[in-house]
Amino acid sequence: MGKKILLEHIDVPGIDTYDVYRKQGGYTAVEKALKTMTPDSVVEEVKKAGVRGRGGAGFPMGMKWSFLAKPEGVPRYLVCNADESEPGTFKDHYLMKHIPHLLIEGMIISSFALGANKSFIYVRGELMYVIRILEKAIAEAKAAGFLGKNIMGSGYDLELVVQPGGGAYICGEETALLESLEGKRGNPRNKPPFPAVKGLYQCPTVVNNVESISTTPWIVNNGGDAYAAIGIGRSTGTKLISASGHINKPGVYEIELGVSVEDFIYADEWCGGIRPGHKLKAVVAGGSSVPILPANLILNLANGDKRLMTYESLSDGGFATGTMLGSGGFIVMDETACVVRNTWNFSRFYHHESCGQCSPCREGTGWMEKVLHRIEHGHGSLHDIDLLVDVAKKIEGNTICPLGDAAAWPVGSAIRHFRDEFEWHIKHPVEATQPGAVYRGEMALV
Amino acid sequence: MTTETNAKIEFTPERQVLAKEIIARYPEGKQKSALLPLLHLAQEQWGWTSPEVMDYVAGLLSIEPVEVYEVATFYTMFHLDPVGKHVIEYCRTGPCCLMGAEDVYAHLKQKLGIDAGQTTPDGKFTLKEVECLAACGMGPVFQIREQYYMHLTNQRVDEIIEELSK
Repeated sequence: MGKKILLEHIDVPGIDTYDVYRKQGGYTAVEKALKTMTPDSVVEEVKKAGVRGRGGAGFPMGMKWSFLAKPEGVPRYLVCNADESEPGTFKDHYLMKHIPHLLIEGMIISSFALGANKSFIYVRGELMYVIRILEKAIAEAKAAGFLGKNIMGSGYDLELVVQPGGGAYICGEETALLESLEGKRGNPRNKPPFPAVKGLYQCPTVVNNVESISTTPWIVNNGGDAYAAIGIGRSTGTKLISASGHINKPGVYEIELGVSVEDFIYADEWCGGIRPGHKLKAVVAGGSSVPILPANLILNLANGDKRLMTYESLSDGGFATGTMLGSGGFIVMDETACVVRNTWNFSRFYHHESCGQCSPCREGTGWMEKVLHRIEHGHGSLHDIDLLVDVAKKIEGNTICPLGDAAAWPVGSAIRHFRDEFEWHIKHPVEATQPGAVYRGEMALV
Repeated sequence: MTTETNAKIEFTPERQVLAKEIIARYPEGKQKSALLPLLHLAQEQWGWTSPEVMDYVAGLLSIEPVEVYEVATFYTMFHLDPVGKHVIEYCRTGPCCLMGAEDVYAHLKQKLGIDAGQTTPDGKFTLKEVECLAACGMGPVFQIREQYYMHLTNQRVDEIIEELSK
């Protein structure tokens, strides 16, 4: 059994209530931080821990915190990004639903470290039932004296506000989220200025993912060094992986970073293997936006070594043979999955979710969806494959926010690794458009 | 289901209290931040966000009606037309489709006799296609108001529809 930091008490009955959470040692980190530590020393521990942004970008959280501008007399804000919308990702949903006080405790510690007196948790609007769970937890924490004025006599005040989104993937991008929180359309902002200087209401702001913030109670209790001792190299600590698709045991798993991909897929502790009678064809390892990899490349690096569940190992080989850990949305496909259909599906998603602000993304996502639709429906031409590569390349890097890249990568990688499958769809339109038809040509299944 | 044009648009007394509480959450002068929460509150009461409802919300926040329109039309959760009693929002994104969602939704459409974006003639059900609902390991999944329905099969769909039709 690997080390559990976030899900250690997940199976304790009633852990969603204050009393049970407290009995399991909950809020002791708040007591420790507010009574015995300074805000800067909390930041130091988080820096030492080396915890990297768990929403997908993987940027070191402590470093992000240290960028926060601190002009006199200007309020600072912490905003928790709970807009979890990346296809394949459902870990924050799980965490907030089952153990809401962990996030509340993390918010108190993180807000204290940053000197924020009003902090927000921006939750995707579809999760209204989770918003109610969080609001109940906040009321309980307040009644227990962990929120409000002069918390535990420390002189520190904090108010938490839970904010619902309205159904827009783009609001997971931090500047779009801030626009949304200000009551506007979720159009990402140009950077600079970065939120650390001008964020919410033009004030210095830190935006962190649910899982990132939820690591802080453990880090405060055990120290940043203890956290950094878990994992491998710059991939410190544990990571929640949302596992879905053609596996025996879909669900949310907490792994120590460094587990091999092979163990993660096949061991009973995690995914429990590919469903009976089927073989592994491909994996999208970090949410829909990261490059899809065929079975042989997700299990092994180009040099034949085993690929590990770390930021570095998953991206080893660049986009030629690698992918990214991203948000940890681990989507597994067996030989019944059609890569063309799935790529079209993802393209439709990105087209639907593009905010429309930048032309390459607004036009390009629609164009890719249209071309993929015609290939999938038996009307494609071989020229379309190069056209898709061309459009994807012209979106990539040419937009204000990373949604353009997120839309381009699945298309580019699907063609890179499954070009034969695209060609088969185009050359055999009648066969390929039969219900349930899937390319069965030569490819390495495991 | 529909908003009477001659009826006064106003939150119920309980929601008026709640609306005030929501607006007070934000720093002074930043009351526009309450827009999404209030639109959700409005949709909870009227089922959809009609232009009249949007104007009412604009008035509560002392902002221009167009500021509400541009927001309500950007976010997919707000219904800009009247909807049925139960709005079934089904996830059409990749991971759910890998688990056979397309067949289950075809069955759902056939059972209700409507397509996505339509409402049954008796006004009971509206079907709406949505993108990923962050429940990929439990797919296929749909949502009706705040309730998630997961691990859907044709049989489970039949049971849910029959239960809600009572």
